[in-house]
Amino acid sequence: MSLQSTMAEVLDRDHVFSFMAPQSAANLNVEKNVLLYLEGISVSFDGFKAINDLNLYINDGELRCIIGPNGAGKTTMMDIITGKTRPDSGAAWFGQTINLLDMDEPAIAQAGIGRKFQKPTVFEYLTVFENLELAMAGDRAVLRILGARISGEQRDRLDEVIDLIGLKELPQMRAGSLSHGQKQWLEIGMLLMQQPRLLLVDEPVAGMTHQEMDRTAELLTSLAGKHSVVVVEHDMDFVRSLAGKDRTVTVLHQGSVLAEGRMEQVQNNRKVVEVYLGE
Amino acid sequence: MFLWRIMKDDRGGQILLALLALSIVLVPILNSLPPDSALYLPTYTVTLIGKYLTLALLAVAVDLVWGYLGILTLGHGAFFALGGYAMGMYLMRQIGDRGVYGNPELPDFMVFLNWQELPWFWQGFDQFWFAAIMVMLAPGVLAFVFGALAFRSRVSGVYLSIITQALTFALMLAFYRNEMGFGGNNGLTDFKDLLGFSLQSDSTRIGLFIASALALAFAYLLCRYLMQSRLGRVCVAVRDAESRARFMGYRVENVKLWIFTISAMIAGVAGALYVPQVGIINPNEFSPLNSIEVVVWVAVGGRATLYGAVVGALVINYAKSYFTAELPDIWLFALGGLFVLVTLLLPRGITGLLRPKEAV
Repeated sequence: MSLQSTMAEVLDRDHVFSFMAPQSAANLNVEKNVLLYLEGISVSFDGFKAINDLNLYINDGELRCIIGPNGAGKTTMMDIITGKTRPDSGAAWFGQTINLLDMDEPAIAQAGIGRKFQKPTVFEYLTVFENLELAMAGDRAVLRILGARISGEQRDRLDEVIDLIGLKELPQMRAGSLSHGQKQWLEIGMLLMQQPRLLLVDEPVAGMTHQEMDRTAELLTSLAGKHSVVVVEHDMDFVRSLAGKDRTVTVLHQGSVLAEGRMEQVQNNRKVVEVYLGE
Repeated sequence: MFLWRIMKDDRGGQILLALLALSIVLVPILNSLPPDSALYLPTYTVTLIGKYLTLALLAVAVDLVWGYLGILTLGHGAFFALGGYAMGMYLMRQIGDRGVYGNPELPDFMVFLNWQELPWFWQGFDQFWFAAIMVMLAPGVLAFVFGALAFRSRVSGVYLSIITQALTFALMLAFYRNEMGFGGNNGLTDFKDLLGFSLQSDSTRIGLFIASALALAFAYLLCRYLMQSRLGRVCVAVRDAESRARFMGYRVENVKLWIFTISAMIAGVAGALYVPQVGIINPNEFSPLNSIEVVVWVAVGGRATLYGAVVGALVINYAKSYFTAELPDIWLFALGGLFVLVTLLLPRGITGLLRPKEAV
């Protein structure tokens, strides 16, 4: 570390030295009612700053919509939260005690963060039922999954989710033969089986009909409360119907937060109109 | 019942196990008929089939990692050869003072090289139980260390295939050296007996055949048990969408490591049964071409079925014996042509013709 950067650290008023920073612990703690902290996160790829000093807080049980033009860093943000990408600087905490930057993808998933990809990613060779079975929360150690059997309780839960995602007639169908919309639903079902505390949902309604979109909005709203849900979406109508009157919407632009507030406020924000809505 | 539970959806496997059981009963009977009988099975043929069964066992091991887990291993011949060498070392020690030089302690090639005492890694191989453990332990440890390094650093796809090739090639070069203490070029040969039974006698050869058939049956059941469990479905999930499985909380590298190590141990057993039946083990078994050939067997038989690997190994090796005897110039063209044809016309292999069409 050069003298200059050391001095900059010492002179920085808000600087927290690493020996003073809290240590990561195993148990999720949401005393302060905040489930996810992203603070001062920056990441660049080949000199291009994909995320630039991003600060974002998600409350426990909140449903948050994140919008932003292409290249605003929405997917990169999800990659950082789920451990796929390491940020160059900044902090990411899950609750008060879990440091996400110390963990890899499986550990983060087991801590309770589930993710739905933009392109529906299901296990095509396996059946609908098997896809959901693999997603089911439980011990992931190799020997445990070798001997794992489905208990009565788990079977009820599986049937319930299959019903909920509208694939009741097709549990033995290979996931690869489902339609695009059905795959989207199956993936949402897999998230539900995983029972994460935080759901990250990347463009859930791409390729869905209006009817399906309404059902998805209904489902995501019903999940909020028990889980925190972060939805990244392009489709403004969908965001409007999700956010309603009193939920928070965050606008990302060039890797940092441009505006945050109710849908109405955000829509009338001059900067937002300039970069995104007004185009 | 346990067996029924794991085999009930596996028609191909049921047929395979039934045929193996039948052959265990029939082969000794047919072999004991008078030689002029029409049904007489010469001992030479028994040993040949026994050899094919050990190769089928190797193919099952490859299908486990390639078919179900998507790891295209081009180095499984290395594990096969290591198992073979462990058995070969035991057989060398069994020769005792009946070798050309009559040294009771040292195998012939060590006497020839003027070595005075047995190297440390040859200790213990005069005991069958020790050799039997090493048959599985040596390939297992190599696979574990190799897999831990490769899977943890997330090497996959073509790169992993190339590293497995390099692994077996490096071992081949090492085993060619006399200083390694494994007989150099010539390898280990001139075996006399196994557990006190002469390797030349008919009954020992039939015994080896039965052991090979049993090993194939047990390994088949083990692989089927693994693959019909939830672990098997996780393997398929990893094969088709590795990162999705990670984001679901599965430790992909651990799954790969376990299955890869088990597969290597099965390959080691196959090598150990192969060596007494062919009577020699030399560094050629490490040759990269051998490992690639195994992958061709699995592809021809049908991936991710387990029994397809057995069918592919038997069909191609029978064809190989036939062609190299009758039309030696054509064999390599036939093998290459077969691989191209199967890939183009039968992507699901020979057994794919008999299986019902699957969606996807």
